[in-house]
Amino acid sequence: MKTICLYFEIHQIIHLKRYRFFEIGSDHYYYDDFANEQGINEIAERSYIPALTTLIEMAKANEGAFKVALSISGVALEQLEIYAPVVIELLHELNRTGCCEFLCEPYSHGLSSLANEDCFKEEVERMRVKIKDYFGQEPKVFRNSSLIYDNEIGSVVAGMGFKGMLIEGAKHVLGWKSPHCLYHCVDNPDLKLLMRDYKLSDDISLRFSNSEWCEYPLFADKYMGWIDSIPENEQVINLFMELSAIGYYQPLSSNILDFIKALPECAKQKGIVFSTPSEIVGKLKSVDCMDVPYPMSWTDEERDISPWLGNVMQREAFNKLYSVAERVYLCQDKRIKQDWDYLQASNNFRFMATKDSGISLDLGIYDSPFDAFTNYMNILGDFINRVNSLYPVDMDNEELSSLLTTIKNQGEELVQLSVEVETLQKKLAAAEKKCRTAKSDKKEAKAKTKSNKVK
Amino acid sequence: MKVLMFGWEFPPHILGGLGTASYGLTKGMSAQEDMDITFCIPKPWGDEDQSFLKIIGMNSVPIVWRDVNWDYVNSRVGNYMNPQLYYDMREHIYADFNYMHTNDLGCMEFSGRYPDNLHEEINNYSIVAGVVARQQEFDIIHSHDWLTYPAGIHAKQVSGKPLVIHVHATDFDRSRGNVNPTVYAIEKNGMDHADCIMCVSELTRQTVISKYYQDPKKCFTVHNAVSPLSKEIQEIVPKKLPKEKVVTFLGRLTMQKGPEYFVEAAAMVLKKASNIRFVMAGSGDMMEAMIRLAAERGIADRFHFPGFMKGKQVYEVLKASDVYIMPSVSEPFGISPLEAMQCSVPTIISKQSGCAEILSKCIKTDYWDIHAMADAIYSICTNNSLYDYLRDEGKREVDGIVWEKVGLRVRSLYEEVLKNYYK
Repeated sequence: MKTICLYFEIHQIIHLKRYRFFEIGSDHYYYDDFANEQGINEIAERSYIPALTTLIEMAKANEGAFKVALSISGVALEQLEIYAPVVIELLHELNRTGCCEFLCEPYSHGLSSLANEDCFKEEVERMRVKIKDYFGQEPKVFRNSSLIYDNEIGSVVAGMGFKGMLIEGAKHVLGWKSPHCLYHCVDNPDLKLLMRDYKLSDDISLRFSNSEWCEYPLFADKYMGWIDSIPENEQVINLFMELSAIGYYQPLSSNILDFIKALPECAKQKGIVFSTPSEIVGKLKSVDCMDVPYPMSWTDEERDISPWLGNVMQREAFNKLYSVAERVYLCQDKRIKQDWDYLQASNNFRFMATKDSGISLDLGIYDSPFDAFTNYMNILGDFINRVNSLYPVDMDNEELSSLLTTIKNQGEELVQLSVEVETLQKKLAAAEKKCRTAKSDKKEAKAKTKSNKVK
Repeated sequence: MKVLMFGWEFPPHILGGLGTASYGLTKGMSAQEDMDITFCIPKPWGDEDQSFLKIIGMNSVPIVWRDVNWDYVNSRVGNYMNPQLYYDMREHIYADFNYMHTNDLGCMEFSGRYPDNLHEEINNYSIVAGVVARQQEFDIIHSHDWLTYPAGIHAKQVSGKPLVIHVHATDFDRSRGNVNPTVYAIEKNGMDHADCIMCVSELTRQTVISKYYQDPKKCFTVHNAVSPLSKEIQEIVPKKLPKEKVVTFLGRLTMQKGPEYFVEAAAMVLKKASNIRFVMAGSGDMMEAMIRLAAERGIADRFHFPGFMKGKQVYEVLKASDVYIMPSVSEPFGISPLEAMQCSVPTIISKQSGCAEILSKCIKTDYWDIHAMADAIYSICTNNSLYDYLRDEGKREVDGIVWEKVGLRVRSLYEEVLKNYYK
C-alpha cells in the first residue's frame, strides 16, 4: 500500500534594514520593522491563513484519513506571534484535529549545521522545547534549514535522539535508487531518512499555475494517477514544500486550494493513504543506507549549498559570522543572542548569490548581490564589535570557557555557602534561644527552689 | 560592403571617448573580410593606423581647382594619403568655392579639435563631404556624432545612399538639460534624415525617442565595447602601497561627470577609515570648485588632484587604484569603467550610465546617493572577498565585451537598412 507523506514548512526571515558603515558602533538595531510587518501580513493573508484553513477542513472532513506534517522556524514563529497571531491559532486548531505532526528545525533557519556543532545543537534543542511548549508534541523527526544534509549532520542529529530526518531526493545522491523508499544514515542506522520526490513536489510548488507547462492544468485525479503508476514496491511518496507555495507562489486564483482539497478523495479511490513522517519511520524498514559525503539541499538545480556559499563574498560573510559563534554561545546577553538568531537566517546569504539559478529572486531592499553583501557586512561589523566587547578578544575561547565555568561554579558555590551560612545562623539562633530558655528555666527553677525553701 | 564613415577624432590624437569608440568600432568591423571602410576625419596627423581602413583627411580634399604637380602634392599629403586620390577628388569639385578661404592646394584648413568656431568647421566639413561623396563609391553612409551629421546628410543627398547615424552622446547629456538650441537643431536634423539611428545605450535611445521625437522603429541600441589592452600596458607594474587603499575618479571635471558627489562620498568614508586615499584625475571647469570643496570638508590631506592624464599615465593611475568610481549624472555610455575593469580594478558606476546596461560585475548606485556610494567604497576597501570577486569576475566579464561582436551587430543593421531602403 502506498502512502503519501505531505509536509509543509513555514519560514519568514526578519528583514534587515539599510545599514550604512557610518552607523557601525552607534546603531545596534538592525531590522526593518515595517518590512517585517508588511511581509508577514501579506504572506499570512495570501497564503498561510487560507492554506491552514483548508488543511483543517481536510483533516476534519476525512476523519483521520488525511495527515500532514509541519515545521516552523523559530524566527517565523516569533514574527507570527507579534504580527499575525491568527496563524498560530489556526496551527493550534490543526494540532487539535490530531492529524498534524510538528517537526523540529533549527531555530534561526541558518547554516549552523555546516559551521558549529554546539551552536547547531543549542538552537535545535531550543526549537524542540518551543514546539513542545506550543503544541504539546515532542518532535521526533528533524528537518534542517533548506533540507541541508550530509553524513556528519546526520550523525549529529541522530545523536540528539531524532528518529528520522527529511532530506532532498537529489539525483546525484540517489543514482539509480528510488526516492520512494525509506533509507538510513550511513553513520547511524537509527536515523531514518525520508527522501523528497522533487518532481512530484515541484509539480505543485513550482509549476502548478504555469500555463506553459505541458501538464497544465493539473487536476488531483491526474496527479494521483501519476502516484498510482509508481511501481508497487516503492511505497513512500514524500511531498515536501514551503507552505507559501500554496497561495503565494501559486496564487489562489489558480485554484490550488481545490486541488489540495481533492487529493484525499482521489487517493482513497486508488487505495493510497496519508501518513506522518513519524508513522513512516516507525512502520517501515529501511532498505539501504544513504551515503552523502558532501552537503546537499533542496534549492536550485545543483541541489548543493552553492545558493548560500557559492561565491567568495558569501563564504567570507559566513566565516566572519561563525567566527564569533563560540563567544555568542558562551555569553548570556539576551540581545546578542537574539541578533545572533536573526543574522544567521540563510536567506541573508542567498541575497548575495551571483550565480544564475534561472529563477528570479526577490532581493528586497537590495539592488544587487554586492549591495546585500555590503549591508550585511556592515551589520556584522557592528555585531562582532559588540560580541568582542563582552570579553577580552585576545583570550582563548577555551580559557574563557573554563574561566566562565569557574565563575559560574564559584557563583554556585557562593550561593550554596550562603545557604549553608543561613542554615547555620538559623541553627545558631535556635541554639542560643534554647540556651537562653534553658538558663531562664534554671533561674526559674532556682527561684522556685528558693521560694520553696522560704516556704 | 563599402562604408563611408564621417568622424571627428581618430587615435592616437584623441580628445575624448569618441575617438576611442570610432577606432574600436571600425577595427571590430574590419574583422569581417568583405568590409571596406573609408573614414573621413578633419585633420589626419599621419601616424594613424591605416592597416584596416582607409583614412581621408578633409583638409586634403580640394574644393577649388588648383594646378599643382604630383611631387608637390606628394610632399604635402603623401604621408597619409595617395596623391592620386587628390587628383581624383579634384575632378569632382561641384561648385565655385573661390570665395572661401582655401590654401595652395585648394583645400580648407581644419583644427581637428573643438575650437570656438566649431560651427564654421562643421559647415566646412560638410562642404568637403560633397566632394568626397561624389568621388567615392560606397553602399552606405555612417556618421559619428552631431559634428558630422550635416556631412552625412549632404553625402546622402548627393549619392542617394542610405544614412546611418551613430549617437555617441546628445546635448541633453552634456548640459544636464540646458540644451544649446543650435546644437539641438543640428542633432535633430541629422536624426530626421537618417535611415537608421544607432545609440550607444538604451538610455541614449530613449533620449533620442522622447527628446528628438524619433520613430522607435529606426532607433537601435548598439552598445560599445573595449579594445584589448596592448602588451605595453599589460606590463605596467602596479605601484601599490601595502597599507593604503586608493580610490580613483578619472574624467573631465565637468557637471556631467558628477565630481562633487565623489568628494562628498569621500568625506563620509574618511570619517570612519583613515587608510584610504582619493584621487581625482582630470581637468575641467569644476576643478577649482572641487579643490575648494575638498578643503571645506577637511579632507584635502587625503584627496589628491593630479591633473589631466593621457595615454599610458591613465593606465598607470588605474593600475595603482583599488577602486574606480564614475558617478556620472548622465553618461551615454562611458568606456572608462570598462578600461578600469580590464586593469582588474573593482568599479562603482552610477545607474545613470549607459554602460550599466551591459555590466553586472560592478557596483551600481544612483549618482546622487552619496551614502550608497560611500558604503560601496568602504565595503570594497574593508572586505577582501568583495574586492577579489569584483576584480576577477569584472575582468572576466569585460574581456567578453569585444568590438568584433559590435561589428557584427552593426553589419546586420546595415543589411536591414539596405534591404528596406531600396524596396
